[in-house]
Amino acid sequence: MTATSRSVPARTPPSGTAGAVAVDAPDRPWEPRWLNVARRRAAAWVEAHGFPTVKHEDWRYTKIDAALAVPLAAPPQGAVGDVDTLALADLPTPPLGGVRVVVVNGRVAAGLSSTGGALAPGMRVEPLADALHKSQGSLEQAWGWHADGYAHALRALNDAATLDGVLIELAAGALVEDPIEIVYASVPAPGAGWSHPRVVVVAGAGARATLVETYLSGPSGSSVTNAVTQVHLGQGAELEHCVLQGAGMDSFCFSSLEARLARGSRLSSRLLATGGRVGRHEVDVVLADEGAELSLDGLFLTGAGQHHDNPVLVDHAAPSCTSRQLYKGVVSGDGHGVFNGHIVVRPGADGTDAAQVNKNLLLSDRAEVDTRPRLEINADEVACSHGAAVGQLDPDALFYLRSRGVSEGEARAVLVSGFAREVLDRFGRGSIRGRAEELAMAAGLLALGEDGHGDDAVTAGLARARPGGR
Amino acid sequence: MLVVDDLHASIGGTEILHGLSLEIGDGEIHAVMGPNGSGKSTLAHVLAGRDPYQVTAGRVLYDGADLLAMTPEERAAAGVFLGFQHPVEIPGVPTMYFLRTALNALRRARHHEELGPVEFLALVDAKRRLVDMDRSLLDRAVNDGFSGGERKRNEILQMLVLEPRLAVLDETDSGLDIDALRVVAAGVRSLRAPHRSAVVITHHRRLLDHLVPDQVHVLAGGRIVRSGGADLAAELEAHGYAGVHEPGAEPHPVSTATAR
Repeated sequence: MTATSRSVPARTPPSGTAGAVAVDAPDRPWEPRWLNVARRRAAAWVEAHGFPTVKHEDWRYTKIDAALAVPLAAPPQGAVGDVDTLALADLPTPPLGGVRVVVVNGRVAAGLSSTGGALAPGMRVEPLADALHKSQGSLEQAWGWHADGYAHALRALNDAATLDGVLIELAAGALVEDPIEIVYASVPAPGAGWSHPRVVVVAGAGARATLVETYLSGPSGSSVTNAVTQVHLGQGAELEHCVLQGAGMDSFCFSSLEARLARGSRLSSRLLATGGRVGRHEVDVVLADEGAELSLDGLFLTGAGQHHDNPVLVDHAAPSCTSRQLYKGVVSGDGHGVFNGHIVVRPGADGTDAAQVNKNLLLSDRAEVDTRPRLEINADEVACSHGAAVGQLDPDALFYLRSRGVSEGEARAVLVSGFAREVLDRFGRGSIRGRAEELAMAAGLLALGEDGHGDDAVTAGLARARPGGR
Repeated sequence: MLVVDDLHASIGGTEILHGLSLEIGDGEIHAVMGPNGSGKSTLAHVLAGRDPYQVTAGRVLYDGADLLAMTPEERAAAGVFLGFQHPVEIPGVPTMYFLRTALNALRRARHHEELGPVEFLALVDAKRRLVDMDRSLLDRAVNDGFSGGERKRNEILQMLVLEPRLAVLDETDSGLDIDALRVVAAGVRSLRAPHRSAVVITHHRRLLDHLVPDQVHVLAGGRIVRSGGADLAAELEAHGYAGVHEPGAEPHPVSTATAR
């Protein structure tokens, strides 16, 4: 199965959504004709189907009304000059050592980006806006993935309205040691609307690379990011992928990973979501040919006033592919976490080996988790398993720690960290792990345990300072 | 050091301890023996401050302070340690981290400097040799996948690292082979000091042969029904508990505690 001939997605398209939506898809004479056509088609899809509401199966728990109050798209042309407020110092440190592209409000900020020294042989990294000026076969293919229709309007909107992003092409056999880093930053700017950054990764046979995507935004101002990352792995190619979502508490962060895996290729993708008023990271992977392997890990730390949604669709479309999923949620305050995992085993995908685990920790009586693991098996001789759990901190373990002198607050924090560690460990041991831990700390991971009485999370220092721990 | 005075405790509305009294002096090792269901573990948990146990009457003085008014962590900071009969698994929390968090919490509570990773590693390495515990276990999550013997060694290791003033060992010897039993006994003996005491709760005499307690108490029906010297353990083994709690039997007076 090739990307373009993929059958209708398993997600059901929305119906009965309210209100006419006018999506501006002006002709861009500087772009190739196929792209203008594709943009119009996508815009028309949005107008025809409208935005998802809670009636839409995959949006049942995620309301986007407030995000729709923000203009859907910035004008197609315009400078990045209005984002001077962002400085290098605001970006995550240290840089990961490889190519770094900084995308501010949906546009590549050349001044903040760097190649991190010489590019590895066989690697090409280009701002998408530049690549779109030319006729790029790989991009035309990428826009064709949903020629049959979209799962929802946000995805279509990215096709219609993206201005910029990154095209990463890896030649056959290219080995890229240093992580390729993309930082998405949303900063307050006059007239800033939704941003729709787009990343396309095309890896040739046997190519290997690491991609790290980090989402940030300023502490104030409501921004909406609607990012799509498309990954096409050739035969035997390998991609390590990390998403660190640390957007500001007032922002909406919609992101989507779409991947097509060819024979014997391997994708490992890990998510750490801590930020945003609403964060929704969608994963849609097709194991398109024999022996492809997928490993998905996710950790969401959902605090007071936050909502994290994790829709995952793993499509076993070919025999003898393997997929592993481990998603963990830590929900505190009145936070709301959602795991909506769907494994589809297509007819003929014999020898499929698929496993899915979702575990959640509720740290207050107002915290909420909805977990919906789904298996749809249409083949023989498959090994599929799924499991979901929602629980609270183990009182025996809590007492064990306290009996050793650890205050109740710190004991809770130790247990929460222990719970999260299994996923954090998947971020490896180097600088990416460091970045992930820093983000988790900033989100109050150590202090989350403190939330047992419905208080807002406090810092670890405060947790320690609390006398008696009660 | 410890005065337990007419302690009544219940769980889920059922009274388990019916007026238990016990006095332990500085530097003493006391053994508490008794049949199943006599209240041995309840005593241990009440001393450590476990939640669901309710003290309905009586008092416990620890160095003259009201132990029952303290939180579990305050008791630990004051030097009380409970060796668990069933040590708890804590997935995701490496044993080493657990130990260091505990030790530094105690040091903070006592206004001592926290130990850095290097000093701590040296300390733990010396202690784990005493309990013959494999280094690799320390990198694994607390008791996660540990055998019964490894868990008990881990309890003793924690005791050696935290150096409590009063150790309460709840059937630490149950399910141990002879070698592990020696290790446990050696661990307890190595802490023996004029200012430290221990309450060893056990079913069997074997551990006591290694430890030689100052006193042996028989707990039956929620009270101490008899107290004696180390030779009482041998007597109990020969004749069972039947002889010590016949109807009308008065508890032996508890021998005078060493003055603090």
